[in-house]
Amino acid sequence: MPRPRVWRSAEGLLTLPALLFYLGVYLYPLARIVGWSLYDRGPTLKFYRAMASDPSLLHALGNTLSISLLSTALCLLLGYPLAYLIATAAPAAGRVLMLLVLVPFWTSILVRSFAWIVILGNHGLVNRALLAAGLIARPVRLLFNMTGVQTGMVHVLLPFMVLPLVAAMRRIDPNVLRIARSLGAVPRRAFLHVFLPLSLPGIAAGGALVFLLAVGFYVTPALLGGPGQITLATMIDMEITNFLDWGMAAMLGVVLMAVAGVLFAAFGALLGPRLVTGAE
Amino acid sequence: MLPCRVKLRDLQEPMSRRSLSEPDGRVAGAALALRGLAKQYAGASVVDALDLDVAAGEFLTLLGPSGSGKTTTLMMIAGFTPPSAGDVVLNGRSVTALAPERRNIGVVFQNYALFPHMTVQENVAFPLKMRNVAKPEIARKVTAALHLVQLDGLGARLPRQLSGGQQQRVALARALVFEPDLLLMDEPLGALDKNLRSHMQFELRRMHATLGVTILYVTHDQEEALAMSDRIALMNGGRIAQLGSAEDLYERPHSRFVAEFIGETNVIEGAVAEPGVFAAGGVRLALPDRAARAGAALLVVRPEKLALCSPADAPAGFAGTVRGLVYVGDCTRYRVEVAGGLLLTVQTPNRRDGRRAALGETVGIALDPADARLLPG
Repeated sequence: MPRPRVWRSAEGLLTLPALLFYLGVYLYPLARIVGWSLYDRGPTLKFYRAMASDPSLLHALGNTLSISLLSTALCLLLGYPLAYLIATAAPAAGRVLMLLVLVPFWTSILVRSFAWIVILGNHGLVNRALLAAGLIARPVRLLFNMTGVQTGMVHVLLPFMVLPLVAAMRRIDPNVLRIARSLGAVPRRAFLHVFLPLSLPGIAAGGALVFLLAVGFYVTPALLGGPGQITLATMIDMEITNFLDWGMAAMLGVVLMAVAGVLFAAFGALLGPRLVTGAE
Repeated sequence: MLPCRVKLRDLQEPMSRRSLSEPDGRVAGAALALRGLAKQYAGASVVDALDLDVAAGEFLTLLGPSGSGKTTTLMMIAGFTPPSAGDVVLNGRSVTALAPERRNIGVVFQNYALFPHMTVQENVAFPLKMRNVAKPEIARKVTAALHLVQLDGLGARLPRQLSGGQQQRVALARALVFEPDLLLMDEPLGALDKNLRSHMQFELRRMHATLGVTILYVTHDQEEALAMSDRIALMNGGRIAQLGSAEDLYERPHSRFVAEFIGETNVIEGAVAEPGVFAAGGVRLALPDRAARAGAALLVVRPEKLALCSPADAPAGFAGTVRGLVYVGDCTRYRVEVAGGLLLTVQTPNRRDGRRAALGETVGIALDPADARLLPG
């Protein structure tokens, strides 16, 4: 049966406000940014040529991608068992665990990033505890490097991984897991052959969400990272606040978006067929 | 009804040549015994010290209303739910302490519980893969199992590309392909429409007959239980109310619960006042069994055992006014108010020579006391 054409019906008008909002608040600014990146007293590709020839910019792009991929992987590694626990716990316990996952949302990212400085600094809680216990002789560098960035980012991004994972795991029919066992699968194989594949939609959704947020992350890498963790977001900030170069900033934004888009398409093509079958 | 029979005849032919395991296609079923099997949840007893013996190759149905403990019993036999007490014995060996994967029991659920990310073939191959069966052997057995459930050629489909009935067949093939000692089925036909359900009932019977696998079948549908089972265990409140053949339960119920759960019935509350006579209100009936104990008693009689007659020919008190009348095709059901305001249901076949009555007419009810059952009140 052909779907009725919404835009021809009167009900379709009801979507008009949302459509206008979307056009005005998302699409128009995006179009302007793309425009800026291609214009300097006339159409030009000079910003993109600068990107290709400036090693520091390429380096920042590489940093952004490696930080984001690592955060996504760490979130998955930590989030999967947590989500499993929440999804399989008794309803009451599940609610409490879920609340604990959501608590960090109640504090601003800025406050949390500064809190990590207090905890991870050379004279911070962790180092003092390790020194006092005699496990280390000198403070370990936990800040202004990859460790600091990942600690802060995983802390912020973990709920975005856990929530879609829990949703996907709760959709798995418990009878399917029971059947797998009765058909001869030991718990490990039942997990590998049945539970894990059926939770793939959650892994994909959580991974996509976390990776996208990580690519655009500014505060945490800027505060907890060192010179080795300069990201494109930091460069964009620098182009605007230091050089007032809107064309360069716009170009970096477009590049970031394009790279994320390409990675995404590749990811989708790789996992696509399985994901479609996993989702009812 | 007719297309169903034609289909069945079609099925007979390939069946004789089919082989799932042994040359003659028989899977040797195991005997199942439950010994004092019990389950309590938060202090409440769901299954109460159940004792049950299922013979090797038998088709036994656990029938009962929801909450009677039949599904919990099945879950304990499969190993999904640990019992609070008691033992599950398969082929003389206790399996109570074994994990589900070590019991060699096939399970079919109402919602099929197919693996949605695997093709039909992969679904059916799963138990063999878990048993590390060699690949050519797996391919051969999967083909045979799909043939058994008449899904030849559909192996490459995904479950969601199949109809409900086909999905149920896949679930069945998957539960049979590894030659289980026992097949547990929990309301397996509950999600199918009426025609498909009765067709699948025939097919299940056919497969049971050819494979010889022991089947424990759970349903709340009494018609299904009566049609399919060798024996039925009617459960109520976590206990077996009565165990017997379909005919036993229908014709010779041991209790009011059994009489009322299986089919329609008239229950007359009264007493045996003098030897061999049942009395309730204005109703009096001489019993064939003169040894009936005096005291409160129930007289139970099926509507189809009653017939309409002239008021003069009816036993004492068994005459009254037709208060209700329902025509249901092959028969007509009358509600007749007899002495003492008692309402009895009479079901008469719609034959040309049969006696009929109109609403408000005064009729008598003919009854052979041998067709009535006296239960302690």
